[in-house]
Amino acid sequence: MNLHEYQARALLAKHGVPVPDGDVASTASDVEKIARKLGSGVVVKAQVHTGGRGKAGGVKLADTPEEARTVADRILGMSIKGLTVEKVLVAPAAEIASESYVGVIVDRESQRAVFMVSPEGGVDIEEVAAKTPEKIFKLAVDPRDGLLPHEAMALSFELYDDVKLVRQAATILQQLYATFVDVGASLAEINPLITTPDGKVVALDAKIAVDDNELPMKPKIAALRDASAEAPSEVTARNAGLTFIKLDGNVGCCVNGAGLAMATMDLVKYYGGEPANFLDIGGSSNPEKVVSALAIITADPNVKSILFNIFGGITRCDDVANGIVTATKRLKLDVPLVIRLTGTNEREAVQILEGAGFSALTDMDEAVKRAVQLAKEGA
Amino acid sequence: MSIFIDHDTRLVVQGITGRDGSFHSKQMIEYGTKVVAGVTPGKGGQTFDESVPIFNTVAESVWEGGANTAVIYVPARFAADAIFEAADAGIDLIVCISEGVPVLDMTRVIPYLVARGTRLIGPNCPGLISPGKSKVGIIPGNICRRGRVGVVSRSGTLTYEIIHQLTAHRLGQSSCVGIGGDPIIGTNFIDCLAAFEDDPETDAIAMIGEIGGTDEQKAAEYVAAHVSKPVVGFIAGQTAPPGRRMGHAGAIISGSSGTAAEKMQALSRAGIGVMKRPADVVPLLKEVM
Repeated sequence: MNLHEYQARALLAKHGVPVPDGDVASTASDVEKIARKLGSGVVVKAQVHTGGRGKAGGVKLADTPEEARTVADRILGMSIKGLTVEKVLVAPAAEIASESYVGVIVDRESQRAVFMVSPEGGVDIEEVAAKTPEKIFKLAVDPRDGLLPHEAMALSFELYDDVKLVRQAATILQQLYATFVDVGASLAEINPLITTPDGKVVALDAKIAVDDNELPMKPKIAALRDASAEAPSEVTARNAGLTFIKLDGNVGCCVNGAGLAMATMDLVKYYGGEPANFLDIGGSSNPEKVVSALAIITADPNVKSILFNIFGGITRCDDVANGIVTATKRLKLDVPLVIRLTGTNEREAVQILEGAGFSALTDMDEAVKRAVQLAKEGA
Repeated sequence: MSIFIDHDTRLVVQGITGRDGSFHSKQMIEYGTKVVAGVTPGKGGQTFDESVPIFNTVAESVWEGGANTAVIYVPARFAADAIFEAADAGIDLIVCISEGVPVLDMTRVIPYLVARGTRLIGPNCPGLISPGKSKVGIIPGNICRRGRVGVVSRSGTLTYEIIHQLTAHRLGQSSCVGIGGDPIIGTNFIDCLAAFEDDPETDAIAMIGEIGGTDEQKAAEYVAAHVSKPVVGFIAGQTAPPGRRMGHAGAIISGSSGTAAEKMQALSRAGIGVMKRPADVVPLLKEVM
């Protein structure tokens, strides 16, 4: 789960990281009020879950509260990479002497949290990594010890020469690590970490991504989720215990297991079709999940055929069959259904489906071919 | 032989009285796995399914039941401690089925296991099966057939699909290992490839990967350098859209985006027969075996 900049800032501030004043607003008049209270030139920043906000016109400076209002009017409601801006952060315009990058991420390779710092901050850090990898410094943290003070110092010496700045940055790195562990993050970064002309180190922008697996144990962090920033169908799916990603094709897919779901989408493409979605109904076999899944798939007007591909293991085929029968009674399906079931309780499932007037296939390739064909005929 | 589990596997089930744990314990017993003990704190002294003694701790299951392998079905929030407990009790092989284990928990688990030389499979995996000998986890036994193909996979149901294809064409399996799809796992592709290479009962290997990370690319390099047996491979997610990544650090760390195309190229470069779809596994294997 991704957090907004204003949420990440608040969490960092709670752990002692110096961040500029500021507040979040969802109307232009509130932006004006905040700007007036701050009493200085301000920056108004769109709060959306994507990078490149500045280039898209989502970050603007304003000298007066009135100007802040005008700027906010333009930013609120604008679309950045398909995401509508619902909130803006209003903060004092900072005086910047230098910009660096500091971040910590869970690294698959070393199987540890890894710090990365670079004196080249503020810009696209991916580009720095690609063009000048020697300007990125990494350190894997031993989870039993955390980030040790001398390690934080060593990393900070890669950013600054002045030991006064180094000490401030080292403290910030340790606070960043504390935040990372406390919220159960998979990524926490400050970019840019700036120095001011009067010699202070300050976090100007922050990003945190939380490991979804931590959310059941961390209700306060889970409550930070901004459902308005996500596609409504994906929110509905998550609430029903499904994983759903909408795509642009016309073959609706309902599969158990992420790997098989991806392989099914690939096979749709292999036979000349285009998948309308990725949908994993997961390992349990609650018939209600199947009903929700069908409701979500049929809500997409592009869908011209629906393909079920179920390999029973923990998931019992008869439960899925019952779900399909219930769902088709409750929802009016006007697109054809192709059902492939094999594995646990396959025979019972076929009986249930045939009793309700459906036929079931056992071969994956056969089922995908038919679903692609039906989608073409329906298009 | 076979890899990791066989007739000598003596299993303790952590979470044996839970919903998943009890269901799959029965399935494993039915398949012929030697389930020697169960662990549920507070239920020590009771008996599962009228035959399996339940203990309060894994250590007791080792002393009194002679367990050498553990399988974990406990809820995700308790999974890391269940792994620590099994390793501490001297278990050699731990298989963690639990899904949803926090990745930071896994960063603490891994060095603990490395220090003790304990093998972990998973978490968030279907476990493994050596057909006709033993099954640890949730892979349906009835789709497998004893034979000479080794299967290693990051996926669950897609693994079943591949096994199903093999069995339908009378290509049996020596062992099938689901290593799990989480970012931090114990046993990886390379560990399994090395074990299959050393296993005299394995003639060929099928590896099933997914988009994300670089494990498949590294496995491909390993195959080119160290594996003499024929290998075929599949990568799921050829049509998956690029994820909406928030920060930049992921791509920098891995140095690549981990796309299916990139991985398939890596497999192909290493001389691995690349499947375009699961059904290709049989013709490709028949070509090389």
